Amino acid sequence: MSRNRAILGQIYFGLFVLYLLVPLVVMAGAAFNDSKLPTVAPWKGFTWRWFGDLWADQVMWGAFLNSILVALAVVALAVPIGTAAAIVLNSISGKFRATLYGFMVAPVLAPGLVIGISTVLFWNQMGNTLGAPGTWPFGRGLHLATLGQVSYIAAYVMLLVLARLQSFDPGLEEAALDLGASHGQVLRRILLPHLYPAIAASAAIAFFQSIENFNVTLFTKASETTLTVYVFSQVRSGITPKINALAFLLILLTLILALVYEANRRRKARVEAEREAEARRAEAAMLL
Amino acid sequence: MQDLLRRYGTGLTTIFCLLVAFWILVLVILPNFSMLFESFFPYLPVVELGGPKDVFTMQNYEKILANPIETSWFGVPVTIPIHVSTFIDTVFFSALVTLMTLIFAYPLAYFLAKVAHPKSIPTLLLLLFIPMWVSEALRAFAWYIILTFNGPLNALLKALGIIDQGIRWQNGVFTSYDAIVIVLTYCYVLFMLFPIYTAITSLDTNQIEAAEDLGSPWWRTHWRVVIPHAKPGIASGCVMVFMLSAGSLLVPTVVGSTKANWFPQTIYTWFNDALDWNTGAAYSMIFLLVCIIFVILAMRVFKVKLSDIAK
Repeated sequence: MSRNRAILGQIYFGLFVLYLLVPLVVMAGAAFNDSKLPTVAPWKGFTWRWFGDLWADQVMWGAFLNSILVALAVVALAVPIGTAAAIVLNSISGKFRATLYGFMVAPVLAPGLVIGISTVLFWNQMGNTLGAPGTWPFGRGLHLATLGQVSYIAAYVMLLVLARLQSFDPGLEEAALDLGASHGQVLRRILLPHLYPAIAASAAIAFFQSIENFNVTLFTKASETTLTVYVFSQVRSGITPKINALAFLLILLTLILALVYEANRRRKARVEAEREAEARRAEAAMLL
Repeated sequence: MQDLLRRYGTGLTTIFCLLVAFWILVLVILPNFSMLFESFFPYLPVVELGGPKDVFTMQNYEKILANPIETSWFGVPVTIPIHVSTFIDTVFFSALVTLMTLIFAYPLAYFLAKVAHPKSIPTLLLLLFIPMWVSEALRAFAWYIILTFNGPLNALLKALGIIDQGIRWQNGVFTSYDAIVIVLTYCYVLFMLFPIYTAITSLDTNQIEAAEDLGSPWWRTHWRVVIPHAKPGIASGCVMVFMLSAGSLLVPTVVGSTKANWFPQTIYTWFNDALDWNTGAAYSMIFLLVCIIFVILAMRVFKVKLSDIAK
């Protein structure tokens, strides 16, 4: 019974992975088809030319650069905000904490287009009130996309750092203060080193969330676009397989990252196992 | 608060509080107030702002009740305003997507949490993560290629002799929303999988074995032991998938037929094509309201807290 279930589960898992991967393979495959329309079905021969087209596409490069810049700005804002929020949240309790927590996680659940529209309207209204409507920073543009994205990405940072704070021993800070450390030193030498793994993970998540973002950016952007919006506009306005070439490269990048990650994990696991084995041997030797 | 001051001093505490205040006030609360406020004022050219026409009004909300069309639900003909129809379709098909992802994801989550060999889990999870790292725009585009009239799906089915004429998948076979439902399910199924997987992992395997030893059939073990334990995960997954589906603008625009309108597309048209930000604000207030109702409903039905959902 149990073995049957395991086999069924493995088959289901295999089918599921296939279901997830086949569309991506089809899309990547179409990058090499010598056909004006992006498809694999009538195969018209192998070509590299869509990669050439992609390389020559200035708009794509601009959008790519914008994506990276916005993502870096989001990380620079969301990580300090989220970390500070976690520290504040961790030191208060009761009703106020619950309310604050609610306001912090609400943007994660809010639809992206609501975040986008409300951000645009707020800054526009500020511009009108201050007598400079439509000028920077009140008009639409990538800076508003950044702020809109920060409003919910900071919540991811906050959740990760808050989880890490649970394993922190506040006694360490007490000890440091008693031994004459300044407040800055307590933060820099005691608390932050403990939080670094969570901060690093949340920075990576914030970066990729920002690159991925579509809804907020679409509503807040002006003429400058990001890569995701660029892909969308290309798909909408008659498409050539150069987008498939882009997709192929991005999937390749993802695969490489995944392989590096997996190799790293296995190496760590092996080191850990060796250490355990050594400890066991030492223990056995001691008992003898 | 006292605790913060004692540990980090006045300076650092002020910085922490300012950062939090900037986030909550400037990025979250005030923009939403701004949207609520704007939704009650008419759309006017700049010169008329502050003039006699610039007064409190419900007209932006009333626009949703304009333009009645004749349509049919499950064969019953009805006459309703076009945007209301779009709205109901969006909510209905998003719920359908949520249900489908739940059916797909639950067995897999159980397999990963309780059946698969623990040592192989990180590798299996990675295999599932890879497609999720590819951007949503590209995943929708992949399906656009598959579903086009001269695309690989029709070619494959023809080659297998299942059909002899191509099917226009994007216009739909059952309803005009078929393609949207298929692609949304594909895009968001992992958002259902991971919360349920996490929830089931924390279930003590002994409980499942005890149920089986006491003669419970597999379906009752799931119904009475595993599912109740996985409830927070299921709630979280349902909320995420419903929100993402109902709020998706990309997928319906890329793969949807001209007959299948999604509510975010309506909002986008007001906002970007008609440049009527006020009506756009009113529509997105309505949309936000439904989302809030859905979250509250999910919290009630599954009896979970907000902190269980947003993880």
